[in-house]
Amino acid sequence: MTATAAQAPNPSISDTFYTSLFEVDNGERIRACLQCGTCSGVCPFGYLMGFPPGRMIAYLRADRFENVLESDTVWMCVSCYACTAVCPKEIPLTPGLMTRAKEELLLEGNVPTELQDALMNSQRYGNPLGESPRKRAEWTKGLDFDIPTFREAKRPVDVLWFVGDYPSYHPRVQLTTKAMAKILRVLGVDFAILGPEENSDGDSQRLAGERGLFEMLAEKNGKAFGKYEFNEIITSDPHAYNAIKNEYPKLGINFPVQHFTEFVADRIDELKPHLKDIGERRVTYHDPCYLGRANDIYDPPRKLLGAIPGVELVEMTHNRTNSLCCGGGGGGMWLDGFQWEKAHVRLSEWRIQEAVNVDADILAVACPYEPPRFEDAAKMVQGAGRLMVKDIAELLADSLKMEE
Amino acid sequence: MNIVVLAKLIPDLVEELEIDDSGTALDMTWLRLIINELDDHAIEEAILLKERTGANVTVLAPDIEGVDDILFTAAAKGAERLIKIVGDYESGVNNHALARVLTPVMKDLQPDLILVGVEAHEDLDGSIGPLLAGYLDLPFIGYVASIELEDGKATATKEYPGGLSVEMEVTLPVVLGIQVAEEPPRYVAVSKVRQAMKTAEIEELEAGDFDLAGGPTIDRMYQPEVSEGATIIDGSLDDIADSLIGIFKELGVQ
Ligand code: SF4
Ligand code: SF4
Repeated sequence: MTATAAQAPNPSISDTFYTSLFEVDNGERIRACLQCGTCSGVCPFGYLMGFPPGRMIAYLRADRFENVLESDTVWMCVSCYACTAVCPKEIPLTPGLMTRAKEELLLEGNVPTELQDALMNSQRYGNPLGESPRKRAEWTKGLDFDIPTFREAKRPVDVLWFVGDYPSYHPRVQLTTKAMAKILRVLGVDFAILGPEENSDGDSQRLAGERGLFEMLAEKNGKAFGKYEFNEIITSDPHAYNAIKNEYPKLGINFPVQHFTEFVADRIDELKPHLKDIGERRVTYHDPCYLGRANDIYDPPRKLLGAIPGVELVEMTHNRTNSLCCGGGGGGMWLDGFQWEKAHVRLSEWRIQEAVNVDADILAVACPYEPPRFEDAAKMVQGAGRLMVKDIAELLADSLKMEE
Repeated sequence: MNIVVLAKLIPDLVEELEIDDSGTALDMTWLRLIINELDDHAIEEAILLKERTGANVTVLAPDIEGVDDILFTAAAKGAERLIKIVGDYESGVNNHALARVLTPVMKDLQPDLILVGVEAHEDLDGSIGPLLAGYLDLPFIGYVASIELEDGKATATKEYPGGLSVEMEVTLPVVLGIQVAEEPPRYVAVSKVRQAMKTAEIEELEAGDFDLAGGPTIDRMYQPEVSEGATIIDGSLDDIADSLIGIFKELGVQ
């Protein structure tokens, strides 16, 4: 073959797909794949995927991408960046190969029904849970202080708090949202939320192959951001953080953003005098994929935990760059039934087992997907009866409460 | 083979419904509209039939806010022709009136098969399928869950309560009320819908005047009222659980 794929007169599906991968940042590195198989080996579901990354590349090279499109096991990919982190050739496997493959499957209509519902809900209501968009700020009602929306504030505000889908609507995650509100209040931060003007960040939908939907949601958020004056965005959701930091700028939506843990870690000295002993607790921390591997934020969450009197921080076997995925990324949050049918194991249970192994009292988390996922999992794991799952914001708020 | 699907937009129950000042109708200010789920199934069934038999699919819908989206989505799924019926829907239109307006439109389209969701939650004067069949003088079968087409005939599988299914053969043309499509309505990527917005065209037809005769006159519309036989237990989860345990004990549950 003398012509390159792009120049070939009748490019095959494999050719077109392969060339499209070069559009992703550093995408051309895929040419250098050694077929070492490290990616497939580290993939949490690699053993049951018909086409884990390395093999998918082999099929592309063999001009047989059709076989990939017929398989549904690509939907087992939880976009956890584990493969990307270990690839010796630094090929962007998660944002490139795997996400593009899901995009093709989605266009072909090869989508599990469970996932379709979440996508449809995001399209209709701006959130994957199918909740009323008008009720996006309803969580603020149980608080004994006011959370202003920009529309009500009618003035420039220092910080825009992008609350996110699960923190706004999920009853368990709302507890972490309220804890975060309390911390911002103690810190005296001048902030406001968008309320019903906020839409899903769209990142997990993008990683589940629905790029058009992601763009639609991003445009809506970009428009809302553009309406108001503020200095920076903060969010407790690593997926929203990833979208606003790395993906929105590609669509011309440029706003500085910090994850909640970074923002508070910078102000920890102001918070410290208010933090009281929560009693002796062995705490272990789960690095969420989109804070850790995808964005290299490992220390601020640990700094916050270390600042809480009484906390003894212990690490699980898998931590930092080799942290284990909770199973919720890349659409996994909406594919629990599908994953169970294929695997008969839950990634979240594996993680709970690791927390039990280090004899932790508390599994601390920093992503809104995790409290419900890990609490469910803890019910199924032997010896996890006394393990508590708490967002770092909740632990900080508990420690603040001791003061009252 | 021409298949015409009739789709309606109805209030989305994700938002709480409110009654307007007249006390006889829904307050439309905050109402969200959504495609009637069973009409969505009717569209899916039509597309499945198209894929099996090469039939042409036309989707027809009253011109209410949001109708373009549902029509373009249908085009992205494979519908060839999109038509919206323009008219004054603001003052409230019932199914009798709509069926009468649609009768000449349907006659012009000369469909072999008319598919429509078997019911919608806002049907106050009966579902539209049988009304339409009546005005068109065509047979109607409702609660259909699958369709086979062959030699100018349709075999429809109708679902009865109690898990009973019956196959009925009927000569075309016919109106079928769809209970469920053979496969769940497919998801189409937003990019495909956006593509359809650029390429597909929506034809507009005038409804003319609506004649509401045959429909109900609404004296009063209201939210369900708590009846006296019921006790609502308020409070925190713990309080509620405590009261429940008390009540069960009182009733003699061991
Ligand atoms: S780890 Fe990288 S180089 Fe090795 S097979 Fe996977 S993609 Fe190829
Ligand atoms: S992103 Fe995670 S789940 Fe997806 S292929 Fe890579 S390692 Fe596997």
